[in-house]
Amino acid sequence: MAELAISADGVRKTYRGAEQPALDGFDLHVAAGTVYGLLGPNGAGKTTAVRVFATLMRLDAGHATVAGHDVTTRAAEVRRRMGLVGQYAAVDEILSGRQNLVLFGRLNHLGRARAASRADELLERFGLADAGGKPVAKYSGGMRRRLDLAASLIVSPEVLFVDEPTTGLDPQGRQEVWSALRELVAGGTTILLTTQYLDEADQLADRIAMLWHGRVVSEGTPDELKAAIGDDWIDLAFADEDQARRALPVAAAHADGEPRTERLRISVPVRQRTRALIAISTALAAEGIEPVEVNLRRPTLDEVFLDLHRRQGDKQEVAA
Amino acid sequence: MTAVLGETWVLARRELTHWRQQPVGVIVNWLFTVMVALMFGGLFGGAIGEDYFDYLMPGMFALAMFFGVEATMTAVSTDAAKGVTDRLRSLPINSASVVLGRCLADLMNSAVGLLVLVGAAAALGWRWHEGLASALVAFGLLLLLRFALLWVGIFLGLLVKGPESVMMVQILVWPVGFLSGVFVDPETMPVWLGTIAQWNPLSATAAASRELFGNPGVVPEQALLLAVLWPLLLTAIFLPLSVRRYRRLGS
Repeated sequence: MAELAISADGVRKTYRGAEQPALDGFDLHVAAGTVYGLLGPNGAGKTTAVRVFATLMRLDAGHATVAGHDVTTRAAEVRRRMGLVGQYAAVDEILSGRQNLVLFGRLNHLGRARAASRADELLERFGLADAGGKPVAKYSGGMRRRLDLAASLIVSPEVLFVDEPTTGLDPQGRQEVWSALRELVAGGTTILLTTQYLDEADQLADRIAMLWHGRVVSEGTPDELKAAIGDDWIDLAFADEDQARRALPVAAAHADGEPRTERLRISVPVRQRTRALIAISTALAAEGIEPVEVNLRRPTLDEVFLDLHRRQGDKQEVAA
Repeated sequence: MTAVLGETWVLARRELTHWRQQPVGVIVNWLFTVMVALMFGGLFGGAIGEDYFDYLMPGMFALAMFFGVEATMTAVSTDAAKGVTDRLRSLPINSASVVLGRCLADLMNSAVGLLVLVGAAAALGWRWHEGLASALVAFGLLLLLRFALLWVGIFLGLLVKGPESVMMVQILVWPVGFLSGVFVDPETMPVWLGTIAQWNPLSATAAASRELFGNPGVVPEQALLLAVLWPLLLTAIFLPLSVRRYRRLGS
């Protein structure tokens, strides 16, 4: 196995006063130089995991390392080697973008001149050179996140933790942050990215772990995850509602699960993709229904997630 | 150790840069105590007595130190709410530097504020009468009180959920400030109120300053000793509480 940049084994963490643990036997192994997506809904434990790795929070039990150093016993070594981009742009709003970067450069023990030149480099790289002198309070959401990202990269960390980098951003800001992250990936930094947006993990991550109630319930490449969890889907689109309504029972007869409908569209889960495609097309033709569009596709991560959610719900019902 | 000093200075400089970026807020803060002094000295002075202004000023100096709690608390809670505290905690720096940087910056702020107030008071005729050495001891005691109140501010700043809760403290500052020997002699109050006012740490510093500046007012015995002990006691209580609160951010 390749060298591990991040590892967690049996990590447990319960917040003071909380009944449920935030992390409950959390295991994670991230190879150096990869982008790893930690995917889960609100409250799954993503931020807690990042805070444990970033030495902001002590774990109750288990073992976690970053860049080969134990987060509990060698926190100072970990801090020297990692960068953190939190959920909120953690920059000083009164200072200018440049003053922020110089400040954090100095706190990373760069000399005065080096901190200044590094600040200029990063402003340039993140497209903030023109705004560098303005107070951060005047920045857009996307600009703040990019500045936050820049502040985390002052000393080129071996490992970068990025906690929900695009939560609350508009589409433009999201694109800005994504392209900044892609550049980092090209530079070889190991990145642990948490997100509740499935397309974000799909777009950026080499591997994804799905977090559910404080533990990893599924792990693999985005394609592996989809293959392991979901059926394929046939998407049908119709010209009018009448055809769509008449098509539903026909399609449902050949489905391996509950079809989903959305106005003029029907999505049908199928196990034997080719056979089902032929069967559904033939049956629709026999009824005189002609779809305007037919697509065969792998499940999206959203569907993977819903599936997981449903099965987890079933399990709890059985347990109860 | 040198690393801590360097980091402390970098963090204190951050506050100085804030002053430069937003000078109006800082200056208004400094002038605010001057305004309060003018209001009470000028408006009430005539009714209370001829040398009220001289009596009032040492109290005002102590009150100016007390107002600093609010500034410290605002800064600490804003940093916590904006995630700046988390970023600082994730950096390879000594956590003592973060606190010391805050201390240094706030003490500098209060020292300048005190200087402005003393300047204004002097322009309006207030004087010290016991020599420079005595006056410097008085200023030292005032800054000692500020130092102690720093820890109260840091503790409260870490305790509250966000800068919004600072409002509550902004309001509470007034009754606590008035229930003391800052504006009038506690002896003139109803006994139970006067007793509380007498025990207010502000009263000790105000009384000791009056004695050291040679300003009018009945100075209770042991005022000097109390003006040293009170701040030390506050520090002994709130410094460990602040440290504990800071550590608990990680649990």
